[in-house]
Amino acid sequence: MTLRDVQTLLEGELLTPGATLEIEFSGVFASDLMSDVLAFMNPGGILLTGQVNAHVVRTARLVEVAGIVVIQGKRPDAKVVGEAGENEVPIIATACSMFEACSRISRVLPEGGR
Amino acid sequence: MTEALVFRQEFAVKGGDFTHAGEVACEIKNLLKELGLSPFVVRRASISAYEAEMNAIMYAWRGRLVLSVTPRRIRIIVEDSGPGIEDIDLAMREGWSTATPEMREMGFGAGMGLSNIKKNTDQFRIKSKVGRGTRLEMMILTNGREP
Repeated sequence: MTLRDVQTLLEGELLTPGATLEIEFSGVFASDLMSDVLAFMNPGGILLTGQVNAHVVRTARLVEVAGIVVIQGKRPDAKVVGEAGENEVPIIATACSMFEACSRISRVLPEGGR
Repeated sequence: MTEALVFRQEFAVKGGDFTHAGEVACEIKNLLKELGLSPFVVRRASISAYEAEMNAIMYAWRGRLVLSVTPRRIRIIVEDSGPGIEDIDLAMREGWSTATPEMREMGFGAGMGLSNIKKNTDQFRIKSKVGRGTRLEMMILTNGREP
């Protein structure tokens, strides 16, 4: 499953123009707690979060996530999006709630990817 | 025998400076990557650096981080002037935290930092004096492999 598939599933908008979405990701991690992301998330996965501050991007860079999905219609400001773009971390924004986003992905994600 | 130093750099960390929090760790990550270390080792070192940097920013007044790399080891020392930690055993416990609501709103202060550093390092020492500050010493072997 690729980031492009996730964008389609969640009717998401890509906030970082030019980012490659044809990337297979290794798993999904959903959390607003960056402490948990740092402690438990594996590299190469996508991060679903309701946080929109710069720390999400920095955490994502350190953990080497494949991309960030911002839920609930939230929008990081231009500076945060710029930092993500510069560091090749794609951000997709969706109006879905955390639960809705997770369940849409979960329905089509192959077993073991969760 | 002392090992030849490959690289050494010092960074300043300012207490309360949330805007720039994480930038030192990201820089460390890039530096270690450039040295050609494995992604696993780079990840462990930069996550440890980030946790330590965040702690200094969240709790201390000022601090400094010293990164030194030898062929076998990455050493990261974070020293701060700050309130210190009263009970280190308690602070090491997962979930225990004295973070403010503001810190938690940003997604931090869940009480995972020190235990996460322990998990990501091959040697971790912590010393603290109440009212003076805290010193973290972290060592990561450069030949570490994913278990």
